[in-house]
Amino acid sequence: MTGDPTGIGDCEKCEELLQGFLDRELTDAEHELAELHLNGCDYCRRRYAFEASLRRYVRLSAAERMPPGLMARLVQLRGTDAQA
Amino acid sequence: MSEPEPDSEARRIAGEARDRVRFEEEALGLADQVYRVARRLVGTREEAEDLVQDTYARAFRSWRSYTPGTNMRAWLLRILTNLNIDRGRRIQRSPDLQPLEETDYYLANRVAESQGEQALDQEKVVESLSQDSIVNALSSLPHNFRDVVVLVDIGEFSYADAAQILDVPIGTVMSRLHRGRRQLKQRLAEEATA
Repeated sequence: MTGDPTGIGDCEKCEELLQGFLDRELTDAEHELAELHLNGCDYCRRRYAFEASLRRYVRLSAAERMPPGLMARLVQLRGTDAQA
Repeated sequence: MSEPEPDSEARRIAGEARDRVRFEEEALGLADQVYRVARRLVGTREEAEDLVQDTYARAFRSWRSYTPGTNMRAWLLRILTNLNIDRGRRIQRSPDLQPLEETDYYLANRVAESQGEQALDQEKVVESLSQDSIVNALSSLPHNFRDVVVLVDIGEFSYADAAQILDVPIGTVMSRLHRGRRQLKQRLAEEATA
């Protein structure tokens, strides 16, 4: 799964770019490199897809709404003065 | 020295009151998002509520130090993470021994081994992990890693925002995030194959 027989870059390099790719923090050149590889490599494409699903699922699973009553207590804090 | 003219002084006070109300409204509008992040930075719901209340109390007192037009959510989270560290609730324990931390593809590889390569294409494949196991895996991360993972993955902050909130260099955010996510996946893989 490594090496570059196809000329689309190797899987190890693609794996390195995974986090930045999903975080939208890659440079344009890095992003292009990843896309070029992903278009030709099912192995990496599936792992990127999995990671993206996992991210969404972690966000969903970890989300807990504010308990009732907290907002009312926050509203009561309004108008507190630094000089007071 | 002469007093300011009553009219202009009254206008100044009225303007400031308006700015303050605007600030408070905007901050309160972000409370749900602030709570979501707080909830994953501490162990219990009660601690998260306390932390959010203390954050808003401090924010409302020091509203003048917020620069309008900048990222208020990041500003609030910076207050919150500082309070959390000050309180020492965030007791730093030594990280568990993590001999390998494996690779970024680690969990996907485990899933592919047990369910086949094609399973990775299915959006629902991750749902075989229980939501409780994800919450537990997050809370078991060493604090420095957890803070960054929670800010970026739950709070959806950029690396730069997370760096500013935690007052660490952006390279530190990236390496903690990377290692934190790897540990998270390692723990989830343990769970999935247990």
